[in-house]
Amino acid sequence: MFDSSSIIVGLEIGTSKVCAVVGELNEGAAPNIIGVGQAGSRGVRKGEIIDPRVVEEDVRHAIVEAEQMADVEIRSVYLGVSGGHIRGFNNRGMHPVVSADREITQEDVADVVKNAKAINLPQEHTVLHAIRQDFFVDGHKGVKSPVGMLGARLEVDVHVVHGHLNRLQNAIRVVRGIQLEVEEVVFNGLATSLAVLTPTQKTLGALVIDLGAGTTNYAVYYQGVIRHTGVLAVGGDHVTNDLAYGLKVPQGRAEQLKIDHGHAVMTAADEDQKIELKSGHGLPASHVNLSHLRRIMSLRLEEIFELIAQDLMQLDLFECLRAGVVLTGGGARIRGITQLAEQVLGLPVVVGNITGASSLKSSIDQPEFATGIGLAYFGSLKSRREAPRFSLLGGIKQVWGKLLPR
Amino acid sequence: MDAQTERDAGQVRVTIIGVGTAGATLAKALPQPEFAPARLALVNTDASVPGGPQPQLLLQTPPPHGLGTGGDPELGNQLAEERYDDLKAICANAEVVFLLAGLGGGAGSGITPVLARAAKASGALVLAFVTLPFVCEGNRRQVQAQQALADLNRECDAVVCLANQRVLPLLDERATVLEIFQTGGRLLIEAVQGAWRLLQRPGLVRLHFRDLRAVLRESHGESCFATVEASGPERAQQIIAKILTHPLLAEGQVFAEAGSVLVSMLGGPDLTMREVDELMRQLSERCVGVRLLMGAAIDAAWQDRLSVTVFVARTAKTDRQPAGTPGKVLDAPTQLTAELLQDTTNSRPESRLVPPPPVLTPEQRSAIITRHVGKSARVRRRADGPRMRQTTLPLDIVNKGRFDKSEPTIHKGEDLDLPTYVRRGIALN
Repeated sequence: MFDSSSIIVGLEIGTSKVCAVVGELNEGAAPNIIGVGQAGSRGVRKGEIIDPRVVEEDVRHAIVEAEQMADVEIRSVYLGVSGGHIRGFNNRGMHPVVSADREITQEDVADVVKNAKAINLPQEHTVLHAIRQDFFVDGHKGVKSPVGMLGARLEVDVHVVHGHLNRLQNAIRVVRGIQLEVEEVVFNGLATSLAVLTPTQKTLGALVIDLGAGTTNYAVYYQGVIRHTGVLAVGGDHVTNDLAYGLKVPQGRAEQLKIDHGHAVMTAADEDQKIELKSGHGLPASHVNLSHLRRIMSLRLEEIFELIAQDLMQLDLFECLRAGVVLTGGGARIRGITQLAEQVLGLPVVVGNITGASSLKSSIDQPEFATGIGLAYFGSLKSRREAPRFSLLGGIKQVWGKLLPR
Repeated sequence: MDAQTERDAGQVRVTIIGVGTAGATLAKALPQPEFAPARLALVNTDASVPGGPQPQLLLQTPPPHGLGTGGDPELGNQLAEERYDDLKAICANAEVVFLLAGLGGGAGSGITPVLARAAKASGALVLAFVTLPFVCEGNRRQVQAQQALADLNRECDAVVCLANQRVLPLLDERATVLEIFQTGGRLLIEAVQGAWRLLQRPGLVRLHFRDLRAVLRESHGESCFATVEASGPERAQQIIAKILTHPLLAEGQVFAEAGSVLVSMLGGPDLTMREVDELMRQLSERCVGVRLLMGAAIDAAWQDRLSVTVFVARTAKTDRQPAGTPGKVLDAPTQLTAELLQDTTNSRPESRLVPPPPVLTPEQRSAIITRHVGKSARVRRRADGPRMRQTTLPLDIVNKGRFDKSEPTIHKGEDLDLPTYVRRGIALN
């Protein structure tokens, strides 16, 4: 058995699957992944829990599987959350340096970050993350660590991710219902980007799009820090649903058609091709038109990328994305998806390789696991953090004290 | 009134006629002195409704006299035909005639189409502002109103139509009947004001009545409109927010499938180009591939204020009638009722992939939609919007399948849970 303190578990309650990833702390930043457990998810729609009892059962299955594979006992998890209610935006906080010698202290930094977080959130919303971007000392930008510098006025840009308190607590309650501690609640988009981006990509500027079943999360990195995050409550389930509606087949069959014949872009060869549907499971034999299937799919996927492009366009973030776009999540498996994304976004697009874990088995280097591994990676950064101010995630403050009374 | 001096002031000679009891109430409620230059007149059959300073033409009903038509449009129609010349005389010397009426009763439904014809014959452009009855007012009034609306669409240059049922969701459940009617009346009057301002104010960016007519002409009674006002430095943003949350515009969702949109602005001398630009940019973002017309007028009295009237015509490309042929109108109301009450699933086409041309006239469809909205207006207003926009599929059933019961994903007025190809109106064949 491992020492339980060196075990980090990321738990993602997704729309299509519940995934628990067990990591073991090592010398490097990235944890060793020693176990993965997953179970089909039945009680989640668009990233939000609609049936807690069923979700609890699914989570238990995933955790048990992960425990068996890793041969450890899981006591606490880093819980990933998503959903259309989560929003990210940038905010600037200001703090006057009052000490006599004008030297900026650790307390000043804590104060300025606190000020930056004091924002008008929608009612019932709570801050999930407040991530430091850049410090400004007397208006000079680009200061990475202001402690010890001289100045009269300290400012900081933070990226604030916030979400609806009750909906976040639904997920926490489910996990606590099976006697697990929640170490911290993490936005899935942030976790995913940790798992797939290299430091170079983060510096050059990259967009990570996690095409999940229920939601599409995305995050923009530039100059090593997070610049923007967002959630669209649209995902692979919508593709399946569109197909079920448009081709008049049941959901299960639409899902299978999507996996077997789906393609993100239309080609001339698709015209007038028919796919035979075998009878079975009480369904009659019939056929569907391949070009219909692909048109429905490509329109939906194109729309997802267009919505993201619009969002980034408004914030002028396209200029920053020199390392291009990284796709993860189950949607990254769709054939032709990189081609479509390149067409819509006009940037180089790759399917992400997981970098945030060492000693990887190839079996878990798959886009579906990016979020779970990212959560474990987040946990390892968090638990090894000694000097918070030097860490990238140093600014991620734990505000869950009020949510997680211990 | 000296017509010549009015012409010199750059104004159009307008006659406003309230028909029936509802029309009279609306005409009398028009805010003065804004409407002072217009000539007001009333036409009614019910002598018990007090007239005002306006000239009133009372159409004599058969004995007992003066008690109205008893809700029979045939009688109203007959009376109006008898006094056709008098009706024509009221409209004489007008360039534009506004007709205000509540459809569904005897006078409003019976007289208005004849009056529209008379006004047209006397050489005026005719614009009708009408209300459709509440669903709870009964089937008969509903059918009569739809019939009259079809007639009006044929006779008038443009019809602006407010289904009273759509007023209900605007107010909370405790609103009194009086408040509901007042709100409905106020909304219609706002539309009249919008059209009036279009005609009367010297426009900076000129919008002619012809533009309004062109927009509404194509709409076959499915037009909708909204007037919003705001003041202060943030007014452009406020206006946009108000338009995009306006219940009569289905919270902005109508723009997605509008055929043409007309925006008429009225501001003070301090109206900045940036505001106009921002407003139009925001709207045009939501009206992709839509004919967007814009007009702006300046009035010193509107210092620091801005009023915007939006007329949206929903145009279904598949069911546009060939020019000149009037919409298919069923002869007997009973037949109409029979079709309306038919089991809706029977008429669903065999394949939804190949939407056939809808068999319903736009009027019938709007009747079905009115019924539809009436049933679930309060609970699922959001979900209704896209269904109402879905004109290529008959009977507006777009099942959201897996997401049917979940909270809709609304992004800029579009329900993303509906298949993209359906929202974009892309046929699969």
